[in-house]
Amino acid sequence: MVHGEAWTLKEFFTYPNEYIYWTIQIVMYPFMTGLVAGAFVLSSLYHVFGVTQLKGIARFSLVFSFALLPVAMLPLMLHLQQPQRGIEVMMTPHFTSAIAAFGIVFSTYGMIVASELWFVYRKHFVENALKLREIDDRNLSEHLWHLLYTVLSLGTTDISHEALEADERAVKKLAAAGIPVACFLHGYAGFIFGSVKANALWMTPLMPVIFICSAVVSGIALCILTYIITMEIRKFLAQRRHREHPELPSPDELKSAELHVVTMTTKYLVMFLVAAITLELLDLIFRGYTAMKSWDILRSVIYERDFVNIFVIQYGLGNLLPFIIFLTPGLTIRRALAGTSLVLLGVFMMRWNVVIGGQAFSSSLSGFMHYVLPVWPDSMETYKEGLMGALTVAIVPFCLFYLLNKVMPVFKDTH
Amino acid sequence: MISRRDFCKKSLLVAGGLTIPLSALELFNPARLEAEKTDGKKLRWVFLVDTHKCVGCGFCVKACKTENEVPYDANVTRTWIERYVITKDGKTHIDSPKGGRDGFEDSRIDVGEGTFEEIKNEEINKAFFVPKLCNQCDNPPCVQVCPVGATYQTKDGVVLVDRSWCIGCGYCVMGCPYGVRFFHPVHHVAEKCNFCYHRISQGMQTACVDACPFGARRIGNIRDPNDPVTKVIMTERVNVLKEEYGTTPQVFYLGLTKEVK
Amino acid sequence: MKSHVWRPLYVVLAVIATVLVVRKVLVPPDFGIGSRGYMYGWHRPSNEAEWQKVTVKYRTSEYCKTCHADKYQEIKTSPHASISCENCHGPGLRHPDDPRALNIDRSRELCARCHFRLEYPTSGRGKIRGIDPKTHNPGLDCVTCHWPHDPRKQGHTPAKTAATPPSQNTVSKTSNPCERRGHDIA
Repeated sequence: MVHGEAWTLKEFFTYPNEYIYWTIQIVMYPFMTGLVAGAFVLSSLYHVFGVTQLKGIARFSLVFSFALLPVAMLPLMLHLQQPQRGIEVMMTPHFTSAIAAFGIVFSTYGMIVASELWFVYRKHFVENALKLREIDDRNLSEHLWHLLYTVLSLGTTDISHEALEADERAVKKLAAAGIPVACFLHGYAGFIFGSVKANALWMTPLMPVIFICSAVVSGIALCILTYIITMEIRKFLAQRRHREHPELPSPDELKSAELHVVTMTTKYLVMFLVAAITLELLDLIFRGYTAMKSWDILRSVIYERDFVNIFVIQYGLGNLLPFIIFLTPGLTIRRALAGTSLVLLGVFMMRWNVVIGGQAFSSSLSGFMHYVLPVWPDSMETYKEGLMGALTVAIVPFCLFYLLNKVMPVFKDTH
Repeated sequence: MISRRDFCKKSLLVAGGLTIPLSALELFNPARLEAEKTDGKKLRWVFLVDTHKCVGCGFCVKACKTENEVPYDANVTRTWIERYVITKDGKTHIDSPKGGRDGFEDSRIDVGEGTFEEIKNEEINKAFFVPKLCNQCDNPPCVQVCPVGATYQTKDGVVLVDRSWCIGCGYCVMGCPYGVRFFHPVHHVAEKCNFCYHRISQGMQTACVDACPFGARRIGNIRDPNDPVTKVIMTERVNVLKEEYGTTPQVFYLGLTKEVK
Repeated sequence: MKSHVWRPLYVVLAVIATVLVVRKVLVPPDFGIGSRGYMYGWHRPSNEAEWQKVTVKYRTSEYCKTCHADKYQEIKTSPHASISCENCHGPGLRHPDDPRALNIDRSRELCARCHFRLEYPTSGRGKIRGIDPKTHNPGLDCVTCHWPHDPRKQGHTPAKTAATPPSQNTVSKTSNPCERRGHDIA
């Protein structure tokens, strides 16, 4: 069977070779990079711009951004027909292609985040390495931990006051350098689509900007969401422990701290949401107003075939409803939870409507293609490019976050 | 002390001053101008399709699939034939069942997913067949977007895919406005018409040209003024597909109308 | 002062060095910019030769002529002159070594590629004499009545099987099943 045939339904005239070649993994890819970029921007707001209200969530979002990082690559690897050759993007990059920048930008960004994390957690690494070094009869797990922390401290044990101040300066610089790189990482994901002149829906110079704005929106939303969930777990644990150790923060203290952070962060979320929606609507209005050759078929895709996806789910549930939720006074945790989930849904649907919607019509402009999402995989291909593959991609960052949190505890004050 | 305004002014002046000689270098590079005029080469493959002559027999598609080892029953093909039926109500009906591999032995139009549309003979205003193949564009967008250099244009103008280097990202498939590219069902890399590069390189014609009984397909060298194909392209009213994409396609059509997609 | 601040940079430099080493190993030595520049010519040049070496399967009628000059002459002087041998007989690649390698298509569908009547006024198709296979002797091979190498002559006799076409068209006219039958040829 031809690649793409399993999930493509064709209607009216499409070129014989046309199928939905870019499927749910290519929806996941900008969604995940968007989360990476957004989470990083959120943490930088504190580190660079000194938005102290975000202190509570800054380190959390930095670690989470790092956990998301490898996952931004995963959908691409699942999508490639020859994943074992993926490294060629680094070997023989062809920079006239937007994808060729991926290897370079992605690794640059990865290194910046890793370095920043190193500076943030250096004290923790060194302390642990020294602590474990003092134990004479280390058991296996202690031995491994010691090894890990020693490697992570990169051979330096200087945690004097001056050294830690140098760390903070480095964090600030790296966070500042990271913002443009994070935006570039995601903006170029938009460029990948926006520069395809063969595709009438994708081709617009606004695409990278739209992608960046919605990336920040989704990144912040996911950080809030995950933050709330982890705080709830901590509250639950604190409730049990507080009785035995009264010196630990009480659930009520945690709760007020949580609500404070969430309220502050949603303000930024709403700001970026406004920017994202403005740009998307501008794009839509402009297309309708200029009504180029492709508008006929675009209109029937946007207003008829994908109406529910675009106007009901993306704009209605994903944008308008969260707006109301966030702007109604007296934000509660539960409402924030609902709002951020809806925002994430909205951004995901925006990616879906761009990637799948862009292939919903033939480049002959005379026919339509319909993507039938493979739910239960019956082959490797339908696994990779179906619901299960997408879920795999969605779950991995949380597993990574769990592991990273073991090495770099997010909620422990280190400095 | 230099004021901020002065600083901005001066730095703009310096930047502007620097770019002028640089751009002049780019504008008046005689070697490049010469290269663009003639390319200094004696061979540039082009294709000529006469839509008046095509009868939709599909021998070209059949030959192409066999010659180039594209699995015969796979629903992808390097070349295909489209049928256009324009009815008196102004509607355009287009189909290409199996890419026209088995010809057009049904007067109904295939509208996809097993449904067909009946069209009465007396309703037809015009009806014709249009063979399609890779346009071997002078500015191939598919090559531009390949992230690893697995597809490229040879000096005689043919766009090839390096099967041992393609990562299968599908960006070239999306980048082609003509829908020429697809994934090879066996090799799992990007696949496309290459004007039967193995045949034309040894003085033969493409498999589709040899298979066409009506002379609807011809291949030639646009750099050779005595080439019969060149003569037709130079002296007759030929057209190309989707010129608005700036791809500079090199497959020329006789008898193209606005309905052709 | 030897600052610890540069430690991550050393790691980064080590990573870059590794990539460069791997690149040396993995990238084919001839990979480079071809005649079309970096935008259109960034490739492995040896691939061009690989494509040129692909086996030619359709050998053209000229190739068939070297052995089957009689058949060649017959069809070249007939209204079917422009049809290549290999269109119906299949690619001639392995035929001289293995005569059975040919995959001859005698189906009605093959003839109907051109002779299925389509009333297309603005196309060459409308000018071809055609039939409706549903009503025109359904179930019977076209070659029973029509000699494909020269459609002016008559086809195979029932006595002779389709697998052994007559070397010379000396078929008795009375034995032809569709003789004098009205053809619904347009």
